[in-house]
Amino acid sequence: MVSLKVDCLVVERGGRRVIDGLSFAADPGEAVAVTGPNGVGKSTLLRAVAGLTAVVGGCITLSQWPERRQSAMHLVGHREAIKPQHSLLDNLAFWCRFLAAEPPADGVEATVEAALDAVGLVHLADAPAELLSQGQRRRLALARLLVAPRPLWLLDEPTAGLDTASRARLAGLLARHLDGGGLLLAATHEEIGVPTRALALAA
Amino acid sequence: MSTTLRTDLVRPSIINPGRFGALVDRYMPFLAALTALAFAVGLYLALWASPEDYQQGATVRIMYVHVPAAWLALFTYMVMASAALGTLVWRHPLADVAGKTAAPIGAVFTAISLASGSIWGKPMWGAWWVWDARLTSMLILLFMYLGLIALWRAIDDPGRAARVTGIATLVGVINIPIIKFSVDWWNTLHQGASVMRFDGPTIHPSMLVPLLVMALAFMLLFATVHLSAMRTELIRRRARTVRLRTARGTR
Amino acid sequence: MSLLALYVRDVRLAWAAGGGGPVGVIFYLAVTAVAPFAVGPDLPLLTRIGPALLWIAVLLALLLGLERLFQADQEDGTLDLLRLGDTPLELVVLMKAAAHWTAAALPLLAATPFAALLLNLDGAAILVTLATFLVGTPALALVGAVGAAVAVSLRRAGVLIAILVLPLSVPVVIFGVSAIEAAGAGRAVGPSLALLGAVTLVAAVVAPLAAAAALRESE
Repeated sequence: MVSLKVDCLVVERGGRRVIDGLSFAADPGEAVAVTGPNGVGKSTLLRAVAGLTAVVGGCITLSQWPERRQSAMHLVGHREAIKPQHSLLDNLAFWCRFLAAEPPADGVEATVEAALDAVGLVHLADAPAELLSQGQRRRLALARLLVAPRPLWLLDEPTAGLDTASRARLAGLLARHLDGGGLLLAATHEEIGVPTRALALAA
Repeated sequence: MSTTLRTDLVRPSIINPGRFGALVDRYMPFLAALTALAFAVGLYLALWASPEDYQQGATVRIMYVHVPAAWLALFTYMVMASAALGTLVWRHPLADVAGKTAAPIGAVFTAISLASGSIWGKPMWGAWWVWDARLTSMLILLFMYLGLIALWRAIDDPGRAARVTGIATLVGVINIPIIKFSVDWWNTLHQGASVMRFDGPTIHPSMLVPLLVMALAFMLLFATVHLSAMRTELIRRRARTVRLRTARGTR
Repeated sequence: MSLLALYVRDVRLAWAAGGGGPVGVIFYLAVTAVAPFAVGPDLPLLTRIGPALLWIAVLLALLLGLERLFQADQEDGTLDLLRLGDTPLELVVLMKAAAHWTAAALPLLAATPFAALLLNLDGAAILVTLATFLVGTPALALVGAVGAAVAVSLRRAGVLIAILVLPLSVPVVIFGVSAIEAAGAGRAVGPSLALLGAVTLVAAVVAPLAAAAALRESE
């Protein structure tokens, strides 16, 4: 069971201090919703936790995680990392092979199909990803969460562009992840369907 | 068991940019005067007090510009490489500024050494350019300088520009000896020894002294120009920060 | 397994519709075919300068695809996720450079016999040229990866990458062509090929470190 602790985090972007001395913690099974007006640094916080943005000061600790910090987390951001030339199956199979610490027990193909099924895209498995609508692209990106088991999910506006049915599906996925002791850090303006603790960022 | 990323809030202040500016302002006149003096002495020695070459006549005096310019062209690259280390390892803002302002100066020194070498070679070879090994290496160095300057200009954020260009600069440092060796090898395959063989211990003291004085003058010139360019760049950055802060205020 | 998946994916993308693979080969043949118009259809002259022309054509053809090497992944967010893998970014870079070499350089090697026929090269010269390409083009791909990584977030990066990469490619061209010349003059090919291999090995060590460092700065 992994827990996350952020202590006195300071992040600068382009010479500007975006996050100044932020501290919070999240225990296993807990969901934290990062809220605040546009430009306040929600995405930057997620990227800093993921180690993608250089941190000026402070501490980001994952307890009970002996491996590299990066391999504990999934990031679903605004850019969906989908190759339009490849089919949905190929897109996900690549991430399954690349992100999973060890090959899935029931095979890559079965894992990927199960993930596509969970987001309601299994009927499009062999279609090239360029045919997808914006909402479907988002669902494909969310399916990536399921192809490699990782305890910390960093989601940037996960509900953006999703219809009601997909939101309900997403809520189910999140609830299952949290029940299994997973962690969730979501930058969002909306309800994501699971109980969250609010972390309000102010300018 | 835990994985931790810890970066302490170290504000690097070995040399504080503000104090640097004050120091430069105070000592710049002396440095400039010293540079002018060194050039006066050096040019007198080089143009009047040194002997003519028994083969080349007065043409040999081009050496007193060409060789120091070539030395400084390489020296400036080493300054940029040290600045790149300062940027990447210590994240010192003054190192960013030092690296950025050194590049155009180095390019100019390289261009001076190329132009003077070409002028020197014309009566010797009967052509402006004969792909002499040393000049060819200098030409490649010029392209490296121009590429780095282009990279500096292409990236908006000054901190990121410094780090990315710093990486490219260090890759260049590793490559310079390889390029030098390969060009020498290529040159010996295609033609005999170079006409210009003035470096090393073969040079007579009557020519060596003026050469070293000129090298000192070039070094002082570099220091003067580099420090004032750094000063200007620091002021420009302060102006940029103020602009950014104003923009944020109106958000 | 993750690195192999990355390699396969990149090669497939390069040769899928819209990828740069086939274009590079056509470009290579076109450059070779244009050269005789510039120097005249003088067969002995073409035979003499043919290998050099082929090296220049390969150098330019390999520069073509570099702009998209990391930029495509950076724009769609893939690069962020590649940094979240278990694999160090340095190995990711090495693997992407290997895929770039497979997708861009290997087809050029396959097209070289045809290009060489246009330049009136004989069988022995073609073989030596191919050998130098085999040893030298990995260095070009690796040095190119550094240029591509440094310019990853820039618009119109292509020309800038070329400016940065061409000076660093000089040793590769020198040793590559000198091996061919040595063979033509009946001297030993070994020293030049060995030096070319040394350049490739140095590039294999330095380039992934530098390119990964540059990619970490990209945002």
